[in-house]
Amino acid sequence: MRVTTPSQDFIRGIWEENPVLIQMLGLCPALAVTNSVKNALAMSAATFFVICCSSVLVSTFKRFIPNEVRISAYILVIATFVTLADMMLQAYAPVQHKELGAFIALIVVNCMILGRQEAFSAKNGVFRSLLDAMGTGVGFTIALVMMGGFREILGTGSFLEYSLFGPNFEPWVIMVLPAGGFLMLGFILLAMGFFEQRKKAKASLAVESSS
Amino acid sequence: MNEDGMIEDVQIEESTASPSQENPVQAEVSTFRLVATLAVAGALAGLLIVLVNQHTKPIIDKYKAEQLQKAVYEVLPGVERYTTYYLVGNALSFALPEGAKESEYKRIYVGYDNSSQIKGVAISRGESGFQDVVQVIFGFDPATGNLLGMKVLDSKETPGLGDKIFKDQAFVDQFFAGPATPLVGVKAGAGKGKPNEIDTITGATISSKVVIDIINHGLEKWRPVIDKGIPAAPTDSVDEEAKQ
Repeated sequence: MRVTTPSQDFIRGIWEENPVLIQMLGLCPALAVTNSVKNALAMSAATFFVICCSSVLVSTFKRFIPNEVRISAYILVIATFVTLADMMLQAYAPVQHKELGAFIALIVVNCMILGRQEAFSAKNGVFRSLLDAMGTGVGFTIALVMMGGFREILGTGSFLEYSLFGPNFEPWVIMVLPAGGFLMLGFILLAMGFFEQRKKAKASLAVESSS
Repeated sequence: MNEDGMIEDVQIEESTASPSQENPVQAEVSTFRLVATLAVAGALAGLLIVLVNQHTKPIIDKYKAEQLQKAVYEVLPGVERYTTYYLVGNALSFALPEGAKESEYKRIYVGYDNSSQIKGVAISRGESGFQDVVQVIFGFDPATGNLLGMKVLDSKETPGLGDKIFKDQAFVDQFFAGPATPLVGVKAGAGKGKPNEIDTITGATISSKVVIDIINHGLEKWRPVIDKGIPAAPTDSVDEEAKQ
């Protein structure tokens, strides 16, 4: 395995291997609940809680989990924490819980979380796994808030429900509808690919000129 | 960093994916251990969920009860207090039979004005909408059959479209304008000015028709029972409870 430092474990999930924008994992919540920044934040917080708790638990008990049943055990762990997150959101943030609806329960099948358990927590120590989970969680949050921010600004003309353009703004309603999620994700990936390509071109130019 | 780097990383991780190769001890695991691991994990998970549920359930129930109470006063404008009546057998009763579980009985909420006259009846009812069950509470005047108000309690209708059944104030206001029943849904602007017409929302026709259906079906089911008569208002102690 590639040797990494703890700080690399954390940073990696945020940008270099961002779960949504680079690995293309966890797209279901990224498309479904990002029609406002508030929903994106609530979903990110719940997912952050689940991925951190699951990673700590899986890395702690990895020795006791036989290889044959590891996937079932991971799913069990994840599902437990999702249920807890669901109940706590319903008790302490009922309005957000109502907004997110069924998508809270669907965190169980967010393959980003299971992916981190299988690829990292199952082979690394508790501390490193927690760092990795936190990095992935932050990366997920950044992607969701980015989607939610752009969609809310274009689709309703507000940011965090604070009106930006005054009453004369004609909202681009499609952006808060499901189709807008796909459009926005496409635009963001397009922009990222554009910058990545420019960076590569610059790097190769630098190599050529130096040689 | 670049694309090659990522692929390389994944491949290396995959080569160590099965610990059984590095760790021959784990290669032979008895069936018992497999079952036991999952059973223990399942039991612990269950325990944890029950513990948290015991803590959060009272909070959730209290919130739901508060929301329901607020909703009843909202759909019965001008009501001073209300009493919950249960459908016991075929008649209404404010008291449940001995030892009966409250949650098993269907109920209506009868609202009174300050001179203890019945002002309206609120009914909560759910039916399948576009996505999931839409739960609606509505109030109507049993004397005339006209609606007094409507509120969507629970819905998972499409954000931006179906959720207009509770976010579009113009649609909601129609139910507070005292329309006659049974309601008829018409395309916005295509109505003939009849008192029982409700303009459906463009782009959310199914969701708006569901609301109309819920109200019509609820009235169909409950009006015969209510018309048989609502027993006299119970003692003050019950009223106090309802008002809090």
